[in-house]
Amino acid sequence: MSDTFDITETLDVKGASCPMPVVKTKSAVDGLSEGAVLEVLATDPGSVSDLDGWAAGTEGVELLDQVEDGDEFKHYIEKTA
Amino acid sequence: MSTDTPANPSDGDAEAMTEAELRARVEELEDSVAQLEADADDGQKKMTIIATKGTFDMAYPPLILASTAAAFGWDVVVFHTFWGLDILHEEKSKKLQLSAVGNPSMPMPNALAALPGMDRMATKMMEKRIDDNGTATVEELIDVSLDQGVELQACQMTIELMDYDEDEFYDDVVTGVGAATALQHMAESDVQLLV
Repeated sequence: MSDTFDITETLDVKGASCPMPVVKTKSAVDGLSEGAVLEVLATDPGSVSDLDGWAAGTEGVELLDQVEDGDEFKHYIEKTA
Repeated sequence: MSTDTPANPSDGDAEAMTEAELRARVEELEDSVAQLEADADDGQKKMTIIATKGTFDMAYPPLILASTAAAFGWDVVVFHTFWGLDILHEEKSKKLQLSAVGNPSMPMPNALAALPGMDRMATKMMEKRIDDNGTATVEELIDVSLDQGVELQACQMTIELMDYDEDEFYDDVVTGVGAATALQHMAESDVQLLV
């Protein structure tokens, strides 16, 4: 799935748990320009629901996809504005 | 107001006037709707948390919620009062203790939990679990909260009551504030919590 996106930057938050995946994703997105896609690598199972909720409640970002890959969760977030 | 129904419906002047007034009224309403929409949209959500507890476990909920809300772009104030002030105290925040007594989650009876050293032991156990789980430390949460623009306020009355010095708090902690400041932000907040 991930190969369908042009990934601009990858954020590794493996091993970190709530609230760090969301908080660090927000900081990483802030540093991107419009149209960029951030890949977030996490091991926190809560990151699936949390990043989904964060993206839904935050303007200027869109969650493109979430992929479970073994113990890892990959999230793809586009900065839309 | 001369908005009365014209006595004679065919009276051109009266009708024109009514229409002009209606237009004016519509414009007035449009303005106030636009104003309300603007207010609602600048509609950045707000949250106020009052943090009153200074035990290890109670330091987490306010900081986790505050940093996460800030990641949503909310305007967040955490007002720390009484023991909650210790969370902002640079030295004390690193030594917050879990209370073993009266904690139903502790795998020991209260009589045992009250023995000397038990709080310390319970705290050590919890710290280890937090580390193993990749959960952030209190200090890390304070750092990210401040980074994300959370306003951490230290109640002035409590600072004096506890005889703390303003320099003893983390940089960027706001001092010199009281209940009125907290209430002001609470009144404008979408979410208000007492922890």
